[in-house]
Amino acid sequence: MNDRIDVRKTHKMFINGKFARSESERTFSWTTSDNKDSTNICRASRKDFRDSVLAAKNAFSGWSSRTAYNRAQIIYRCAEILEGRSAQLVEELRAQGLDPEDAQLEVRQTIDLLVYYAGWADKYQQLFSSVNPVSAPYFNFTALEATGVVAIIAPRESGLLGIVSAIAPALVGGNTCVTLISEEHPLCTASLSETLHTSDVPAGVVNLLTGFRSELIEQFSTHMEVNALIYFGEDKDEITQIETNAAENVKRVSICTRHDWEYESSLSPYAILRTQETKTTWHPIGF
Amino acid sequence: MTIENHPQNLQADWTYDPAPQSIEHVDIHDSYELFINGKFTSSKDGSYRDSINPATEKTLAKVAEAGVEDVDLAVEAARQAYEGPWSQMTAAERGKFLFRIARMIQERSRELAIVESLDGGKPIRESRDVDIPLAAAHFFYYAGWADKLDYAFPGRQAQSIGVAAQIIPWNFPLLMAAWKLAPALATGNTLVLKPAETTPLTAMILADIIREADLPPGVVNIVTGDGDLGKQLVRHPGIDKIAFTGSTAVGKEIMRALAGKDKRFTLELGGKAANIVFADAAIDQAIEGIVNSIFFNQGHVCCAGSRLFVEESVAQEVTQKLRERMETLIVGDPLDKNTDIGAINSIDQLKRIQSYVEIGQQEGGELYQSSCILPDTGYWHAPTLFSNVSQSHRIVQEEIFGPVLAIQTFRTVDEVIDKANNTPYGLSGGVWTDKGAKIFKVTRNIRAGVIWANTFNKFDPSSPFGGYKESGMGREGGVEGLLPYLNLTTNTR
Repeated sequence: MNDRIDVRKTHKMFINGKFARSESERTFSWTTSDNKDSTNICRASRKDFRDSVLAAKNAFSGWSSRTAYNRAQIIYRCAEILEGRSAQLVEELRAQGLDPEDAQLEVRQTIDLLVYYAGWADKYQQLFSSVNPVSAPYFNFTALEATGVVAIIAPRESGLLGIVSAIAPALVGGNTCVTLISEEHPLCTASLSETLHTSDVPAGVVNLLTGFRSELIEQFSTHMEVNALIYFGEDKDEITQIETNAAENVKRVSICTRHDWEYESSLSPYAILRTQETKTTWHPIGF
Repeated sequence: MTIENHPQNLQADWTYDPAPQSIEHVDIHDSYELFINGKFTSSKDGSYRDSINPATEKTLAKVAEAGVEDVDLAVEAARQAYEGPWSQMTAAERGKFLFRIARMIQERSRELAIVESLDGGKPIRESRDVDIPLAAAHFFYYAGWADKLDYAFPGRQAQSIGVAAQIIPWNFPLLMAAWKLAPALATGNTLVLKPAETTPLTAMILADIIREADLPPGVVNIVTGDGDLGKQLVRHPGIDKIAFTGSTAVGKEIMRALAGKDKRFTLELGGKAANIVFADAAIDQAIEGIVNSIFFNQGHVCCAGSRLFVEESVAQEVTQKLRERMETLIVGDPLDKNTDIGAINSIDQLKRIQSYVEIGQQEGGELYQSSCILPDTGYWHAPTLFSNVSQSHRIVQEEIFGPVLAIQTFRTVDEVIDKANNTPYGLSGGVWTDKGAKIFKVTRNIRAGVIWANTFNKFDPSSPFGGYKESGMGREGGVEGLLPYLNLTTNTR
């Protein structure tokens, strides 16, 4: 009689800073690894993707022109918020099949990864920019700028670290993104969205979709407002499809593997460079 | 002699006497062969293509046309050189070869300049003062990188990729060859270069220089032919990396051809640059800059400032001065040292430019052309200015690659930034103003890889060049220019 009825969570996606169901109102049923519970996860439509790209596009000029210090603090804040939510994330990872120790480790690594990238925000520019000694009286310098709207197809094998290590380098570098979280590991989506939401990440900067890779990969790779695409996986057909479609608007494609999201090997400023452009500016020296 | 005896009459017809560049010390062969494995060899099927002087329409030389078998031989030679002498050599020695090539280009610079102008139609002043010196400088710059690569990318070890296929355009033939060869060789790769079919001759002289420099056979192979040959190279299984400079349409074809192939590539594609003149600019200086931005090399420049934006309050003044300045441009013999605008590179390109001028008029653009008299033979196009055009006009949206400028006006900084970025391209841009803060506001917000402020069309080997968006990916020049030819591996984190 006294048993309390628990309040279950509706798993939503995160589009333009809002918690949203798919506009198509479609869901798919996802079952915990122990087969005890199942829950309804949003199945993003092509329109959800287009809406997300629009949000990311609109958020780009604001986010990319934030000071590096400000971006660093916002990303650091994400780490702070995740730290406070550790228990919940561990539970979600366990429901997705990790044993307690691995779940604990993955959460810690994810938090530490965010701290690591927060620290890069005001440094990678200094490492990879240059003043160029041209042989004429001109001041000439090369600086990095964000590529723009980045579509990310997150790794299938990871429910948290893989997603965050795919997003963080693009985010630090001033890009905005639309990320497809895998249908195998969708359970942390809401927690991640809540983290972003409470960390002052501006609306539209990170958009998180759940759904079927096979259904959305075509849209991800053909959309003309997407400037770069980061794909995690090793499916030859998918890679060919993406790279063929990317030609449409000369998208920058990065094909990434487990090595690129696992904790140790993913920590690198070169991951930030995946979604950076170099701009060189000339000005005469004289009168 | 007093001034009174020589009254200055500024209304007089100011003409220049001819100042022809002598060509007698230049020896153009009747025919040129492919350069494979250190030797000049004829193509397997023995076919040739004529290389035409676009200023006279006369054949300069016949040039071997490579086929499938020749490509196989060239790639194989490059592979053996890569696995053999080139990778076994120390980086410092590799660098010394590049220094040597740079010096030999300098030694033969006038010959190269003359052949460049004969084969491609560009004014001798430009080939002599820009193309050839910059080509030598590129080799000299990258030569010094060869033994310093481990300092270029912190925390990473730099390793060569293998055999590169490099496909270059006809607008800066030797310079583009240098942009491709120098970084590829400095980083320890070997390569097969394909010059454009209308301008192969300076590449063949470069082959001669490379042979004389005693570069190990097969490190550099040069095959001549047209776009079909380029396709073969791109699809060749023995190629590890493709570097292409040319049109966006072909760049996209290359991307599709390479999809799923796990091959490295860099693309330097088209452009439709905005050149922005604010009312507070030094107007006369800006006029010179505008002329340089669109009429340099007959406008055959991917980074040409083909979209001119002038602040409304000075639009009339700028247009008037620009027209007056255009009137003084000397169009004609590329070998005359006074020539400003030479011959259009080919009949095909001339037709393309002419069709765009027609389209511009059909769409309601107001045409102005200088009254210069064009020679009877050869391919020529008068400097052309379109006003009364808007963002949706095709001559404003599409790359013309000729001496055709479209002028539009604006009122605010934000407006002109929006207009400048309203293009799928993002190669270059220009801004003219005397206000420093405005320069940084505009240069930061233009989505393009190279921005010139109070100058235009300046190039240097230490200065990275390349585009955003559909203008390509990867950079040539500077430290960034090494990256396309390296695999970076981890030694520390």
